[in-house]
Amino acid sequence: MKTNQLILTFSSISENVGITRLLIASVGAQLDLPLNDIEELKVAVSEAVSNAIIHGYKNNPNHIVYLDLDITSDTLKIVVKDEGCGIANVEQAMQPAYSTDPERMGLGFVFMQSFMDELQVESELEVGTTVTMMKHFKQTPISSH
Amino acid sequence: MDVNRNNYYCDKIMGGMVLNLEKKIERLTLLLRLDGELDMHTASMVRQAIDIEIEKRGIRTVILNLQDVQFVDSSGLGVILGRYKKLLPLGGKLKITNVPPHIYKIMELSGLPKIINFYLDEAHAYEEGRGA
Repeated sequence: MKTNQLILTFSSISENVGITRLLIASVGAQLDLPLNDIEELKVAVSEAVSNAIIHGYKNNPNHIVYLDLDITSDTLKIVVKDEGCGIANVEQAMQPAYSTDPERMGLGFVFMQSFMDELQVESELEVGTTVTMMKHFKQTPISSH
Repeated sequence: MDVNRNNYYCDKIMGGMVLNLEKKIERLTLLLRLDGELDMHTASMVRQAIDIEIEKRGIRTVILNLQDVQFVDSSGLGVILGRYKKLLPLGGKLKITNVPPHIYKIMELSGLPKIINFYLDEAHAYEEGRGA
């Protein structure tokens, strides 16, 4: 598999969350990942992008979210970045059932953690949050047909 | 732009980034059939569709048929949990039916099946609690 990089910058509006899922699903299909893995990648990306819009930018549509997909021979790296309000306590935010909103389940980071092999969250107040997720996969043998 | 036409193409070409709702009301029971993706974008639509019936019509049982739901994330689960929490103090009930396996997997991870009742299909959901 050749290395590949895709960068998507988009407005912080909820309509775009579905578009990021389409993108990751297409990349997953291109990598020949199992359907189940693609479903999980879609959830992980959906959570990270939703967090950027809802929490990072507090649902203000006039901002930009950055999605960066980096593909090497055996790893898919997904970076979701916002330049929003930042998270005061990342460790606390990553706890299950931690949510700033009673309508939400506080499971975003739990899903990202469950479905990805690595998860890293860097955040600074009033600067923004960067979520980096890695998925390792087996190289598909080159088929002869 | 014709929104419906646009949604139609999204549905057909990209596997449904939108969510279609089919509502049926029988006495104090609201049946909602969901078709599409349940995320932060479509969650508010579901919230409004249910809350208006609870508040205006006094609906106390809500049945959600998830047969045609292709995607759910924590925003989607949040709106389901939120309706459960809203109905509980009113003596109401939220029931979920026809959950596809890949949707059930993520629901299980969230712990939702421990608090909300799941049914095989609409008939089973209607039957339970109707009284002998």
